[in-house]
Amino acid sequence: MLKTRLIPTLLWKNFGLVKGVSFDSWRRIGTVLPAIKVYNTRDVDELVLLDIAATDEGREPDYESIEELAAECFVPFTIGGGITETAHIRNLLKAGADKVVINSAAYENPQLIQQGANQFGAQCIVASIDAKRTPDGSYRCFSHCGSKKTNQHPANWAQTLEQLGAGEILITSVDEDGVMNGYDLPLIKAISQRVSIPVIASGGAGHYSHFVEAIQQAGASAVAAASMFHFTEQTPAEGKQHMAEKGIAVRNIRIIG
Amino acid sequence: MTALIIDYGMGNLGSVRRSLEECGADVVISRNPSDLDQASHVVLPGVGAFQDGMKRLTESGWPEAIRKTALDEGVPFLGICLGMQLLATTGSEGGTTSGLNLIPGHVIRFETDDPEIRIPHVGWNEVHFSEQTYPFEEIPSGGDFYFVHSFHFQPDNAESIAATTPYCGEFVSVVRNNLIVGTQFHPEKSSRYGRQLLNNFLAL
Repeated sequence: MLKTRLIPTLLWKNFGLVKGVSFDSWRRIGTVLPAIKVYNTRDVDELVLLDIAATDEGREPDYESIEELAAECFVPFTIGGGITETAHIRNLLKAGADKVVINSAAYENPQLIQQGANQFGAQCIVASIDAKRTPDGSYRCFSHCGSKKTNQHPANWAQTLEQLGAGEILITSVDEDGVMNGYDLPLIKAISQRVSIPVIASGGAGHYSHFVEAIQQAGASAVAAASMFHFTEQTPAEGKQHMAEKGIAVRNIRIIG
Repeated sequence: MTALIIDYGMGNLGSVRRSLEECGADVVISRNPSDLDQASHVVLPGVGAFQDGMKRLTESGWPEAIRKTALDEGVPFLGICLGMQLLATTGSEGGTTSGLNLIPGHVIRFETDDPEIRIPHVGWNEVHFSEQTYPFEEIPSGGDFYFVHSFHFQPDNAESIAATTPYCGEFVSVVRNNLIVGTQFHPEKSSRYGRQLLNNFLAL
């Protein structure tokens, strides 16, 4: 059967690997290439690399760097940040990306999702949603790395993105990001119930049990995590071992070295 | 040994090249069908839609050259993902389109009413085969490979089926006609088993 994916997320800014809390207070935690090499040897299921400065700086993805990084990545490599045209998608796929992540540009130009899916296939278009809770308890989508409030509600927007042709939804809770207290389960559930494409849960994982909750309680197809791998002793391999013990089908549960 | 990767503008050649190089091959990425004369192995990769892919192949004059190399001369040929699907007689993605017709069959979309089955089929899934012959030497049946696709290859003849994968029922994940093999999964992204499969290809 299809295995549930565990996906380390790499956030990239000013040539370094960073991690923050609620999309703020970025800490530099190393460089990207060694991290990719390490995750390769640990046989992770996929890697997501987000260039979080590109949109703010109004520039395209850094294809040259991405080509160097992709050459070292022997698992699926999903790349986002700065994509505003289909030419950017083509260049990223050419540089070695397997899938691309589109977030901010989709609010201004939803047709980008449709054009991307038509030209390159829905399977390589990952639509990303960053959501925050509002004081009245509902959720709103935020663009530009969590800094700009939009008028979209996450579940509705996810459905629109699916209709436009997105192949997957990456849903990140800005509030829970980096806090390591667990995913925002109601948010993830609202989205996985609304769409029929795979949903990747992101933001808040701090313990292996959080993966199990996102999958079994909120219906996620895959789980992404960053802080817990950077700042704790926990590893993707042990995470999958734990998921397997809880009855979730995962790939390669034996722990390597 | 020179492995030629066909460049027809359908993405992701870098990781295929890098994987083949890791396996010890000299790799040429080519946009020119006449380069096929120098190739000991040919790879047709690809990400994207069937119609767009076939159009681009045809514009550059690949289909006839591929048929000559793979069918008449028997040069080992590996189609990956869209490159596997293009081996079929027709594809239905973006309207019915004729394919390379190296392995008789049709490429159709996954259809399901089950809300639990999400399409595209994305992730690691099992590849089951009954005969441990090419391209599966040293690979366990049921091992996980990486998939990302919404369409799948339905061969006309049972003997074209080299392996199947359980999803949306069961679908054909590897097709084969002598030394022409197509994998719906991405061996270049499938870690160790994928590397082994590429080694088996290059060992021909």
